[in-house]
Amino acid sequence: MAKFTTLTSRMMPMAVDNIDTDQIIPARFLKTISKEGLDKQLFNDWRYDAEGKPKADFILNAPEWQGVAILLAGDNFGCGSSREHAPWALTQWGFRAIISTSFADIFKSNALKNGLVPVVVSREVHAKLFALVEKDPQAQVTIELASQTLSLPDGTKVEFPVDGFSKHCLLEGVDELGYILHQMAAIEAYEAKKDVELNTLQPS
Amino acid sequence: MSTPRTIIEKLWDSHVVAEREGAPSLIYIDLHLVHEVTSPQAFAGLRARGLKVRRPQNTFATTDHSTPTTPRALPIVDPIAKAQVEQLETNCKEFGIPYFGFQNPKQGIVHVIGPENGLTQPGMTVVCGDSHTATHGAFGALAFGIGTSEVEMVLATQCLLQRKSRTYEVRVDGTLKPGVTAKDIILALIARIGVGGGTGCVFEYRGSAISALTMEERMTVCNMSIEGGARAGLIAPDDATYQFLAGKAFVPKGAGWDAAVARWKTLPTDDGATYDHTISIDANTLEPMITFGTNPGMGIPVSGVVPDPASISDPLERDSLTKALKYMDLQPGKPLAGQPINVVFVGSCTNSRMSDLRAAAGVLKGRKVNPKVRMMVVPGSMEIKRQAEAEGLDKVFREAGADWREAGCSMCIAMNGDQLQPGEYSVSTSNRNFEGRQGKGGRTFLASPLTAAASAVTGVVTDIRALKS
Ligand code: SF4
Repeated sequence: MAKFTTLTSRMMPMAVDNIDTDQIIPARFLKTISKEGLDKQLFNDWRYDAEGKPKADFILNAPEWQGVAILLAGDNFGCGSSREHAPWALTQWGFRAIISTSFADIFKSNALKNGLVPVVVSREVHAKLFALVEKDPQAQVTIELASQTLSLPDGTKVEFPVDGFSKHCLLEGVDELGYILHQMAAIEAYEAKKDVELNTLQPS
Repeated sequence: MSTPRTIIEKLWDSHVVAEREGAPSLIYIDLHLVHEVTSPQAFAGLRARGLKVRRPQNTFATTDHSTPTTPRALPIVDPIAKAQVEQLETNCKEFGIPYFGFQNPKQGIVHVIGPENGLTQPGMTVVCGDSHTATHGAFGALAFGIGTSEVEMVLATQCLLQRKSRTYEVRVDGTLKPGVTAKDIILALIARIGVGGGTGCVFEYRGSAISALTMEERMTVCNMSIEGGARAGLIAPDDATYQFLAGKAFVPKGAGWDAAVARWKTLPTDDGATYDHTISIDANTLEPMITFGTNPGMGIPVSGVVPDPASISDPLERDSLTKALKYMDLQPGKPLAGQPINVVFVGSCTNSRMSDLRAAAGVLKGRKVNPKVRMMVVPGSMEIKRQAEAEGLDKVFREAGADWREAGCSMCIAMNGDQLQPGEYSVSTSNRNFEGRQGKGGRTFLASPLTAAASAVTGVVTDIRALKS
């Protein structure tokens, strides 16, 4: 997993609540057996018209928004299906952080495993950020993971929550599987103790 | 005396493998269900690290999402879907995982075949790379969806890193009125708490109306826990659970069965246990429900009217509703009943079991699907298909003019070619009405099999209680 320390970027505004993973990447693009090339289908149905041409009025297609690494989205981002293709597509496009008032559980967990930081802010800060982008689309904010702060151009700093473990993994670029593999002794002990319960699956 | 615990806490406590300061708990997984869409990258990860599957005997795979629902003798036409289905078979063979493949007579939707074969048992932790894993909670299991990185972790270690969820009691007491079903209970709950209402929580459904449900109906309720934002939803096991499971293929037999039942009987929530959240629903007042918008929380009684964005004060919420109504091309303040539709879909892990098919067939018997409507009926498993055919339900559907298909996810997710055309309206018994979920530009009204079948007959959204005989 790529390390995440600090990120300074403009914010691409997407003022829609409950952006579900079917919007982030529609199911028909999940037939792939690899992780590659999903950025092409990011927000596919909002992004392309019936002929497959990019829609000029969708923000992801606007030349001035290319290269932006922070998505500023509405409430409850990432609800719906558990597809990890959603954070894969978002990170491949170039996003490294998403700011919202809340995230769906599975999406949040998937995002953190892929170096994509979900930044939860209060309703007030959320509204302030949308107002800021509307007034000045060039405005940049800085996300510093170690101190868990989001810094606004006016100097305001707001803290955001990240659990200590995910933070450690992101800062160091380590993944959870490696961490679990180090606990094999505990897993074996558990299996020995629960032998009966673990063997109730008996094909007849 | 020990502190009274909820079933959710008991399940959690008995699966903690290790706890370390500052890290999530290491949790053991008893049953890992695998399907073709969210697993290929996980198997690729195992290969890259040179890892094996730790417990193939606690792992089970099937193919459902991108799988065609056309007769099994026909080849899979879409080359990308074909490659994905075949990759699953290759992976299962290479890693020694039991599976019901495309041609297997027991193939079906992962959340249907688990219970059907007794793979899902009370007291288990069950995971699958699919958010509707909560379905298995109907058996008193802690069952939740995971992402592909986690699929890889469970394959390799049989464990996951998890944080304890908060507990959320959903009490449903009273008696459902005729025409009101399990689907209406869950749609009503989500309409009340919203799609983020249960975030961070596990639901426990309880109360007299829940106890009265059959196992199939309990699965319908638990299935859509995720639509209320909860990671999982469950119902404590009782005699109905044991009766359903007795004799199923994978459950223990003889003395092993008795011992298992004795263990399962210790699972229900202790008297005096408390929850972090509680909501109470009066079953007597519930109506058949339907969604009008683009998330499952946008639901109303089928006799109700489409809400008006002007009546909402929160600006983002108002914009979302406006956007949803624009996508659905619906007028605020107007009744939804009477809205013309193009397609009816009966299927998905929410409503594709025998009782769902019987309910839909009961409405269609002696009636015809409206000529303007295309109706698809997709059984949840090949086993259900056979059973329905033995009962003659396929005949009822065919004679009414509906399309009777092979098992799979089908138009629930529209990955396999079964889909809506842009602008089309459907009444669907599935669980998601997101923009484009059932095909690009398609518009979905979620409802029960009764409402779906009644609407198929009339060609417009219909309250089953108003259907003329
Ligand atoms: S039927 Fe629909 S919700 Fe259920 S597993 Fe298949 S795609 Fe997911």
